[in-house]
Amino acid sequence: MKQISKLIILTLMVSVGLFLSSCGQGGSNGGALKSSAAEKVFVAPGKWDSHYAFISGGFSGQLSVYGLPSGRLFKVIPVFSVDAEKAWGFNEETKPMLMTSHGFIPWDDSHHPDISQTNGELDGRWVFINANNTPRIARISLETFETEEIIEIPNSAGNHSSSFVTENTEYVVAGTRFSIPIPQRDMPISEYKGNFKAALSFIKVDQKTGHMEIDFQVLMPGFDYDLSHPGRGKSHGWFFFSTYNTEEANTLLEVNASQNDKDFIAAINWKKAQEYIKAGKFKTMPAKYTHNLYSDDTHSAVSETKKSVRVLDASKLPGLVYLMPTPKSPHGCDVDPTGEYIVGSGKLSASLTVHSFTKMLKAIEEKNFDGDAYGIPILKFEATLAGTVQQPGLGPLHTEFDNKGYAYTTFFISSEVVKWKLGTWEVVDRKPTYYSVGHLMIPGGNSRKPFGKYLVAMNKITKDRYLPTGPEVCQSAQLYDISGDKMELLLDFPTVGEPHYAAGIPAELVTKRSKKFFKLEDNEHPHAVKSEAETKVVRKGREVHIYMTTIRSHFAPDNIEGIKVGDKVYFHVTNLEQDYDVPHGIAIIGANTSELLIMPGQTETFVWEPKQPGVWPFYCTDFCSALHQEMQGYVRVSPRNSNVKLSWSLDGE
Amino acid sequence: MKYLLYILIASALVLLSACSSSDESSQAKQEKAGEGGGLTAFQLENGIGPITEKLNVGEIDPAKVKKGEATFVAKCAPCHKLDKRLVGPALRYVTKRRSHEYILNMILNPTGMVKEHPEAKKVLAEYLSPMTDMNLTKEQALELLDYLRSVRKEGEEKKIPEVPLFRSAQP
Repeated sequence: MKQISKLIILTLMVSVGLFLSSCGQGGSNGGALKSSAAEKVFVAPGKWDSHYAFISGGFSGQLSVYGLPSGRLFKVIPVFSVDAEKAWGFNEETKPMLMTSHGFIPWDDSHHPDISQTNGELDGRWVFINANNTPRIARISLETFETEEIIEIPNSAGNHSSSFVTENTEYVVAGTRFSIPIPQRDMPISEYKGNFKAALSFIKVDQKTGHMEIDFQVLMPGFDYDLSHPGRGKSHGWFFFSTYNTEEANTLLEVNASQNDKDFIAAINWKKAQEYIKAGKFKTMPAKYTHNLYSDDTHSAVSETKKSVRVLDASKLPGLVYLMPTPKSPHGCDVDPTGEYIVGSGKLSASLTVHSFTKMLKAIEEKNFDGDAYGIPILKFEATLAGTVQQPGLGPLHTEFDNKGYAYTTFFISSEVVKWKLGTWEVVDRKPTYYSVGHLMIPGGNSRKPFGKYLVAMNKITKDRYLPTGPEVCQSAQLYDISGDKMELLLDFPTVGEPHYAAGIPAELVTKRSKKFFKLEDNEHPHAVKSEAETKVVRKGREVHIYMTTIRSHFAPDNIEGIKVGDKVYFHVTNLEQDYDVPHGIAIIGANTSELLIMPGQTETFVWEPKQPGVWPFYCTDFCSALHQEMQGYVRVSPRNSNVKLSWSLDGE
Repeated sequence: MKYLLYILIASALVLLSACSSSDESSQAKQEKAGEGGGLTAFQLENGIGPITEKLNVGEIDPAKVKKGEATFVAKCAPCHKLDKRLVGPALRYVTKRRSHEYILNMILNPTGMVKEHPEAKKVLAEYLSPMTDMNLTKEQALELLDYLRSVRKEGEEKKIPEVPLFRSAQP
């Protein structure tokens, strides 16, 4: 009995304690009982997070949108993969977005989002992200949170050192990981060395429309180009790429590409490149690549094939590229907010190498070279070295920065984030991650103006951190508070696909431009109808076009007759609503191609090919009002030889 | 030992009730605010929205009627007919039932109206579909008003019967 009452008392004390702390969560005065990590990530129901995090979906090919500090998932933006939820790649309007020179690609691998910048600061206009497998760069509008443009990158393979923007978004840069024959041709793989090449692409961004165009490619030796970042501030005009496999191995790279003591960080002077372009020192190479553009006026995408690209040969154009030796297969290549320091994370090295931009310029001026690689000068290692962070951990991968002069580096093998000071190179803090962290992200952490409050670590392995879900376990990120001297782990949260990298931004830089609906009068979709009076059904041989509208809560027309087996029926559906958060959906029995989800003021199209006579219902798939269940209709399908006249109606009219 | 147990249970109960009673009171407050109490006489008569004073709309303007009719066809007709109850009420004699200002507020602020105005709430209870916000400008709403005034005039001249707003008599 005594034991039991002790147990009851203990339980009560604990529950009172818990209750007190949970009761105090909303308030500011938690006292000694407060649970600080829970409070720091608690966003009360109905309240907004302070930051957006755009987290890449890795092998899902998409980009997901999270709130920080809560870790709540808001949206998965379809980019490089079809998405049933939004009909992306299924409806007629968005199919062209996934076209490439290799045909329609339903699924790719997305890696590195980067937010557009003005004067080196995040401006909240666009997010760019790379398709790694079939090389492409996408631009996502932060007005609509939709992919507006995808450009394919020719002469590239494994588009990994991408997509990073210069400080006024003059360029978004895409570097190849694999070297390949350029132009592609049939040749023995064993003849790689000296024959394979790499192309680093500088894609010009129109500042008003965001439209992308490949300005030029820099042709480089046949190394692997792993990651890249722009110079900023004093180093604006330069771009830095990490390389590995300077051995130019073509097999068993895990051994054969780890032979050299040092690989390189390649420094590319893109202002010099612009001069060479102006002076006509480029070669126009035939190339075949697609450029896909989605318009919010036509609510449709157009895919265009491009035929050529301008190429600058780094081996032949002096002053265009310099190579900075960096130990042991560097992966991350990160530039601090001042633009002075370039951090190379030699993933097989026990130390971090930091190069100085000022010293690099001096070494170039004094021609302090250590030979060359295919005619590209190699700067002496000691000449550009700013410092070394000695033995901070095992397997350094990536570095981001705060606004107080500290850098944060992830260590894959030792599963930790290490905080160190720029200039003194001393380690000041370390915190474990769970487990095997890859990238990390500080909002603005790769710009002139980092917002040093949160750090998101993106893990490769989660093992025991969540309830088990079979062999395929949860993908995960972790949130740290970095506002104090010591980092504090606040939250684990699951992600969609493997979170390769992320870009974060204070919410107020985005929310004010967020679009609420599309104006019907601006809808230039060729098959839009802007009132029920205009709805109609038109037969063109075996094609039937249904021009339909939706409004809470009916379709117009909702009774259609005269369709025949073997017809190809196009449903062009315009959502007449002009209010926030009132999409309508449509699905018809036997829909082999797509359902639709149509935003207010938008027109979308799917194709239906009825295979047997009958009367087939369709209905709204997005719960739109109290009478949503009443939002339905019928299509009568008759045998091929029938004489049923084409007709349509709503409420008998 | 037992006393300690009682004290703990009692204090736990006090804490629980303290916390939940504050929740209740805030909920009660919300409900009170939602009842539409506290509307001014003007608002009861003329609705809630951007129109906050009586307007002098003048004679029916044929140019406005024409524009208003086009807007009616494009934006209103999916749910409203003149002489037939559809998703929303038949509108031929709406200017007889409601003040001009009430109609304008209903067009320009339907979401607020069905949430806060007792009359609009009654109509919602009858028709169930909340009126959609078509995001029209004040100018478009004024044109619609002239169109609605003109169809009433036509109806009265041709003795077109009025479709009742409610199916059963309202208390």
